[in-house]
Amino acid sequence: MNDIAQQDKLLAKFKPFLETTSTRWYLILLVLILIFAWGISGLVTQITGGHIVTGMRDNVVWGVYIVNFIFFMGLSYAGALVSGVLHLFNSEWRKPIIRMAELVTVISLMIGPFFIFLCIGRLDRLHYLFIHPRIQSPISWDVIGITTDLIGCFIYLYLSFIEDFAILRDQKSINLPKWRQKVYKFLALGYTGTPKQKKIIHKSRTLMSAMIIAIAIIVYSVLAWIFGVTLQPGWDSTIFGPYFVIAAIFSGSGLMIILMWIFRRIYHLEEFITKKHFVNMGVLLLVVAAFYGYFTFCDYLTKWYGSVKINAELIDKLFTEFNWMFIFANYFGIIIPIVIVGIPHLRTIRNITIAAVIAVVALWVNRYIIVIPTLETPFLPIQESRADWLSYSPTWVEWSLTAGGVAIFIILFKLASKFLPIISLSEMSGVDHRELKILE
Amino acid sequence: MSKKEESKSRRKFLKTGITAGISAAAGLTGGGVMANKAFAGGAFKKVKVLTTDGKVIEVDEALVEAKAAPETIGRKASMVGLPDRKFVMVVDLAKCKNARACVDACQEGHFLPKDHEWIKLFYLKDSPQTAPYWFPRPCFHCDNPMCVSVCPVGATYKRTDGIVLVDTERCIGCKFCMTGCPYSARVFHWKEPDVEQPDVAYSPETNVPAKEGTVGKCVWCADNLRKNKLPRCVSACPMGVIYFGDMVEDSVTNGTETVRFSQLLEDRAGYRYREELGTHPGVYYLPPSNRSFTVESGFEGHDEEIQKRYEQSVNKYKSKK
Repeated sequence: MNDIAQQDKLLAKFKPFLETTSTRWYLILLVLILIFAWGISGLVTQITGGHIVTGMRDNVVWGVYIVNFIFFMGLSYAGALVSGVLHLFNSEWRKPIIRMAELVTVISLMIGPFFIFLCIGRLDRLHYLFIHPRIQSPISWDVIGITTDLIGCFIYLYLSFIEDFAILRDQKSINLPKWRQKVYKFLALGYTGTPKQKKIIHKSRTLMSAMIIAIAIIVYSVLAWIFGVTLQPGWDSTIFGPYFVIAAIFSGSGLMIILMWIFRRIYHLEEFITKKHFVNMGVLLLVVAAFYGYFTFCDYLTKWYGSVKINAELIDKLFTEFNWMFIFANYFGIIIPIVIVGIPHLRTIRNITIAAVIAVVALWVNRYIIVIPTLETPFLPIQESRADWLSYSPTWVEWSLTAGGVAIFIILFKLASKFLPIISLSEMSGVDHRELKILE
Repeated sequence: MSKKEESKSRRKFLKTGITAGISAAAGLTGGGVMANKAFAGGAFKKVKVLTTDGKVIEVDEALVEAKAAPETIGRKASMVGLPDRKFVMVVDLAKCKNARACVDACQEGHFLPKDHEWIKLFYLKDSPQTAPYWFPRPCFHCDNPMCVSVCPVGATYKRTDGIVLVDTERCIGCKFCMTGCPYSARVFHWKEPDVEQPDVAYSPETNVPAKEGTVGKCVWCADNLRKNKLPRCVSACPMGVIYFGDMVEDSVTNGTETVRFSQLLEDRAGYRYREELGTHPGVYYLPPSNRSFTVESGFEGHDEEIQKRYEQSVNKYKSKK
């Protein structure tokens, strides 16, 4: 199949979605906006009432917010992995899912930092991070890292958009409102597909994909060092940098599988996103799960075996109060994906998606039991009479802001996929379509 | 305080029109003790002062004290330590019976809300066979302070005289310092402080008035030290548990007796809490040997809220036996 025919086919596929908007789409959007608004009401409560409305207190100074922060930052690895690593290895099969991965990266990178802002007591002084920075602080490293990552990923995303904007500008088959055509024309930056332009775009994308991998590793290591550099039991660990990077790839590939499943259903992309994609991403999930499980084991084994008093107290807490969470996050969350993908017989699209959902949820729980039990195990015992000071439990404010974060993630995804086809038109042009079919 | 600032503050005193201010301004650098003693002696004694236009007037002594109070120590000035000083604290665990006078004096003196304690009293027991003891914990003003290292905006800093301060006008409330401190010495203003704050200009040396959404901690009463007075917890303690002093002078005092710092550590086997963490605390502890009080006496005479605080630890220590 030649390039133009392939493009036309894809355009025809996405025509109804780009041209018209269904009531169902609006209904879901409305529900999501309501959830988001509910989250905003939580934020208003927190700003007016102070941080006392959250479950955070003097011992557990960071709660669900920082868990969400690490979690969303981890999801952004989907892009670094799929578009970065696979781009460098030039894997053909990645092409239909490349746009999804890049969108995940940019959107989760935009949402993640908001959760760290929620931990900050004086939002009115947020700009002090820029006007009075202290480079010795890992938070300053984070500010620099995340901004660089966000800008880098945004450039990378835009580079992959340019060709599609040009296609959408030039096509005649879809009736688009005037303003949208104008926007496409503006965003295409006069790209016409001359060999020179193609070469520039290709070169810069290869360069950016290499850079994004490096930046992503640095950013997530820095994130881990916020915990790793402290003296707290459970955090003060040399393994935290690589451990967090692996965990991030784990959640990123898990989310990719979930999104592939969702978009495949909504847009009926069965012929583009095939079982091959699920199996390939599944195998990736399996490999990463194995590494991640190994790192988890290393970390807890050394803490438990050496049993420094404070570490022993922490391990004891993990196996009593947080027992079921520990089992879910570190046994089920790792073993189930490995078993499902590992046994060929079980490798169906549905099963792999279920494994991915378990992996992503388990990873969130894993972040929770990294953050909270440590903060509940200070060197000097917590001697308190008030229950909320004694142990942490998130309040409705924290949960609604968490839900709001998830809602805005989906909203942004919905809007982005309305504006551009979720499968990159230009990327698909070069794909030998038969190859995908045969491999299935 | 630098020479330049000193002369600046003198000019300001002259402007107030009360020449008595000059003598009190000298008190800034060391003579403050006298003025304070006089103040404590008689209430509302009248003193004669000379105004700038040559008139002799009689005013309340309290008024002179108030007028003569040094100008507010701002961020810049608060970053400079008192010259030739290295403050140190020694806590004699053998004398502590959880009387909590230190806590009360601290809370009152710094206008702290009830759930925001700078000095805390812990009930500790190191191992199953060893005896429990009471453990007052102020900020340790470490020489290698983790809290200062991790602050992203320079809201907390270490001075040459050893004191670690927090500038709550700079603090963004990220709480990183709270996770950094291994001694849980830092506390957060989770809500608008429910204790009425005095109408004074803010100083990082007092952290008054308190601000919601910022971090606070013991300041070793840096404002008192500037006036040559002891920290509030030291003077408040009825048992003389807490000694405060200067390593340069090698002397510490609990208000009633003054002893050589090095000798005290030698005689009583002084140590620092969790030396292995490498933070180099500025607070030393004397082990609870030959105690003046039984540890149980520490539970007496407190309201239910205080009693309840230690319930969990008491049960835990018992069960481990």
